[in-house]
Order: sequence, then structure tokens, then C-alpha cells
Amino acid sequence: MANKVTNKEPYQQAYYPPAPTGFTKSMRTSVIWQFFRFIVINLKMLKLMSKSHH
Amino acid sequence: MSRIVILGAGISGHTAARYLDKWIGKKHEIIVVSPNAKWNWIPSNIWVGVGQMTEEDVTFDLAEVYKKTNVDFRQAKAISINPEGSADSEKPFITVEYTLESRAGEQENIEYDYMINATGPKLNFGATEGLGPDHGHTVSVCTAGHALEANEKLQATIDRMKAGEHCTVVIGTGHGMCTCQGAAFEYIYNVDHVLREAGVRDMARIVWISNEYELGDFGMGGVHIKRGGYVTNGKTFAESLMVERGIEWITRAHVKKVEAGLIHYETLDGEFHEQEFDFSMLIPPFAGVGLKAFDKAGEDITANIFAPNGFLKVDADYTPRPFAEWSAKDWPRNYQNPTYKNMFAVGIAFAPPHPISKPMQSPNGTAINPTPPRTGMPSATMAKAVAQSIRDMVNGAKEPTHSASMAEMGAACVASTGSHVFKGTAATMTVFPVVPDFEKYPDTGRDIELTTGEIGLAGHWMKYILHHTFIYQAKLKPGWSVLPD
Ligand SMILES: Cc1cc2nc3c(=O)[nH]c(=O)nc-3n(C[C@H](O)[C@H](O)[C@H](O)COP(=O)(O)OP(=O)(O)OC[C@H]3O[C@@H](n4cnc5c(N)ncnc54)[C@H](O)[C@@H]3O)c2cc1C
Repeated sequence: MANKVTNKEPYQQAYYPPAPTGFTKSMRTSVIWQFFRFIVINLKMLKLMSKSHH
Repeated sequence: MSRIVILGAGISGHTAARYLDKWIGKKHEIIVVSPNAKWNWIPSNIWVGVGQMTEEDVTFDLAEVYKKTNVDFRQAKAISINPEGSADSEKPFITVEYTLESRAGEQENIEYDYMINATGPKLNFGATEGLGPDHGHTVSVCTAGHALEANEKLQATIDRMKAGEHCTVVIGTGHGMCTCQGAAFEYIYNVDHVLREAGVRDMARIVWISNEYELGDFGMGGVHIKRGGYVTNGKTFAESLMVERGIEWITRAHVKKVEAGLIHYETLDGEFHEQEFDFSMLIPPFAGVGLKAFDKAGEDITANIFAPNGFLKVDADYTPRPFAEWSAKDWPRNYQNPTYKNMFAVGIAFAPPHPISKPMQSPNGTAINPTPPRTGMPSATMAKAVAQSIRDMVNGAKEPTHSASMAEMGAACVASTGSHVFKGTAATMTVFPVVPDFEKYPDTGRDIELTTGEIGLAGHWMKYILHHTFIYQAKLKPGWSVLPD
């Protein structure tokens, strides 16, 4: 009988980067929070554009 | 009356044309020369490439739109420039060959007082053996037609997975000197998303391959953003996105050759590897479109006016120098050719002074580093600045009056990672300036308040809004000029 895998291979490519928590993921799709972020991102982009024209 | 000839009706050429028409179109003559009948909102080709949009959604007929204006549209491709005229002509002119069916192959010389080269990239699939949809084994999303074909092949691969086959999907860049990593980056997430929707994600191994030193470089040397009490490199977020979706990555890679189902690549450490695939979309390297230039006597002066990669030289500092001595000041401000002051180049067509990411070579001498991106927002910004300068020059100004250096402007990029209005997300990235300025911003070269990145539905809404806004604006619908470029 094949041995049951009891340990996970460490130090693979996916071992190091941060993985989002459930809370972070839910905030990414929370309509209320994202509506607020939408306004913030738009303001940032407008500021970026206004600084780009000379 | 002056005549302004614009070569290319892409993002930059069309922007220059619509502003010049608005400002001076009634008094002066504006001619746009471009080989395709249709305008294409290229960023949305990503959605065509996964079957979520049709070709009609991302294109429209140029002649129809220009009919509403004073712009004279010639469906033709520019072949050469005579910036000093010729033995028979005192005035500078360009030679074009019509692609319009009724005049196909017919050549014509068009004289000009001012000329803007906005011809974008030649998709140089030929630089990598076996690359590309026409003579190779990989697909592309760089044109709407390519994206349609990409989707057909993607759907066929999905069908194979539904029938129980395990498949490998490889997406990224097809050469060590490619730019436009962002497009491939967006495509890989959309492919991941449609595989999930089709219920076959567990049958697919998805692999990213690129010439970036680290993920998230995007040809801009990466970016640093503030998050969680740290200033962190964008690599962290790019890798996180991939890990979250179970995507593997290969970086520092130069694709040398593609065979049916097999990619041969070399890495920066000089080693050679192979990667199998069932479906692969690899961005080709870009070059200039191959315009020639002749002086008054008919001598070929192409090498004086164009850089070796075929892009037009402008007011940049092209003096070869080591990486450590490069500076934000090397980048062009007016996009005016130094020899022929009535000639400008904008968008991808101008020759950058040097890469933004650090140039690197493998021990075998293979260059493996992304070349500088000239994405949509900078392309439009520089086109508008040149249009403003030409407007003022035809009215008597001696020099260009407006500048738009990539070292003084920002860029925004929204990469969708799914499509549903409430479930999909997108990575929204802003950078300021595109070319880092370490004299002004000693730590990261960029304004940390204006260089940001975040993932969420908000970006996804923006992407949809941008799609509709830019097509509305490009169609010159009422109020187009008050919309931001
Ligand atoms: C799939 C994809 C997704 C992208 N997504 C984004 C994004 O989300 N955000 C972003 O900012 N940028 C994005 N980009 C980059 C953006 O599309 C380019 O930066 C932009 O199109 C460059 O504009 P341009 O006017 O220089 O070239 P183009 O838009 O390519 O226009 C070039 C024009 O010149 C014409 N032409 C070619 N040869 C000749 C000739 N010989 N004579 C006359 N005319 C000629 C062409 O037909 C075309 O009309 C994406 C690119 C790709 C490929």
C-alpha cells in the first residue's frame, strides 16, 4: 500500500509570497467597501492625470 | 494654411487627430494615414481573447467617425519619409501605399508641413522561431483578429479538458527583449477565470513565463508601494496574485524557439530549458514598423532618423552610458525630431533613450530584460502635448510649447482578473512617474503617494467604465473632449 502523505513539500515557489486572508478577500468583493475604494482610486487617478499634463 | 499628416490611427495617432481637428481643423488641413479600416481599443482585446467580448465590441469604423470631422482619412500604410523633399518637390512628403480595397497597392506622395509618426509597434513574431499565430504555434491578443483566434484555440483546449485531458497553459512574453508584460499578465488571470467558470481549472496547469527579472517588473524596473506599514516591492503582490490562483511562474527567460507543444527557453543564468504546452499566448517583441527615410538627393538616411530598432529618434539623450549614469532627464519632452523640427513621434513609435529595467545578459550573451512600455495613458498624453505644440507652431510659435516626459507623467493600469460585476476583481496600479526620477524621489524613484496598487471590485468597475468611456471618446460622441484621456 502506498504511504499516506503526511507532510507537505516545503520551500516551493508558492511558499514565500503572502496569501490573502479570508477577511482581505471579502473586502475585495464587499460592494460597500469597494464603492469607497472606487471613489478613492478615481481621485488618485485624477490627481495623477493633472500632474501629467504640462 | 498648413498641412499636418498623422501616420497611424491607434491610441496616440487618433488622440492627436481628434484634438488637432477640434483646435485647428477648420483652418488647416489634417490627414490621417492608417492601414486598417477599424479603430481598436486594444486593452479590451483581452476580453475578446477569452470569449467575453466580440470584435465589434472593441472596434469601430474609422472612416465613418472621421466623416464627422475635417480630418481626411486615407486608408493606406506609410512606406517612407522624405523630410527634405526630393529633386521634384521642395516640400517634405511621405510615400504611402493604399490598403483600401478599391485603391489597393496604389502609391502616392503626400506633402506635409508637420508630420506626426504614431505608427505603434510592428509585432515582430519573426524574432522568435515558431512564435505567433501566422507562422508559429502560439496565439496572440495584440490585435482583435488575433484575440478572436486565441479564444477559439482556448475553447478547444477547454473542450479537451472537459473530455478528461490534463492540459498545460503557458502565457507570457515570447522573447528576452519583449515589452507589454501587463497585457499577458491580464490575460493569464482571465484565462484562469474562464477555466474556473468552465469547471476545468483542476485539469489545467497554468504557467507564466517572462523576461522580467522578478514578477511585477513590467519593464518599469518594478514599483514600490505602501502597504501594511511597509514600502514593499510590487513583486510581492504579483507573486501573491499568482499563488492565490495556483499559477506557477518562470522569470528571467528568453524564449528561443517554439515547436508544436514545446517552448525552448534560455534563462539569465545561461541554462537552457523546455516547457511543454497545450495552449500558449506569448507577446511578441516590438519593433518600429520599418519606415524608410531619404534625403533630397534620394540617399537613404533611415539610420540617421530611426534608432536600430526602427523607432523614430526624438529629443531624447541617446548618448550610450552605463546604467548608473542614466537619468530621468534623458527622456524626451517634446517628441520632436532633432534634425527635422516639423517631424514628431508619439506612443510606441518614438525611440526611448534606454530601457527602464536594468539591461542584463546571460553568460551566452543573450539580452534578457524587458524594454520600456509606452502604455495607453502615456501614449495619449504625449499625443495631446504634441497636438498642442503643433497647434501653437502653425499659429507662429517657434518651438514646441507643451511637454510630456515619461519621467514627469504617470500611468494607470487596470488588469482585470475575472469578469463578474460583483464577483470579479481587478488589480489597479498607478505609477508616478513612469520613468523613475531618483533625483526627485531618492528612495524609490517615484512619488509614493501616487504609486499605488490594490485588488478589488473597484478596479473591475473602472475597467468596464474605461472601456466604454474610451470608445465613446474615440467615436467623438458629444462632450468627448471634456473626458479625461
Ligand atoms: C493586449 C493588450 C492589452 C493592453 N492593455 C493595456 C491597458 O490595459 N492599459 C494601457 O494603458 N495600455 C494597454 N496596452 C498598451 C496599449 O495598447 C498601447 O500602449 C497603445 O496602443 C500604444 O498606442 P500607439 O498609438 O503607439 O500604437 P497603436 O495603438 O498600436 O497604433 C498604431 C497605429 O499605427 C498604424 N500603423 C501601423 N503601421 C503603419 C504604417 N506603416 N503607416 C501608417 N499607420 C500605420 C496601426 O494600424 C495603428 O492604427 C495593451 C496592449 C495590448 C497588446
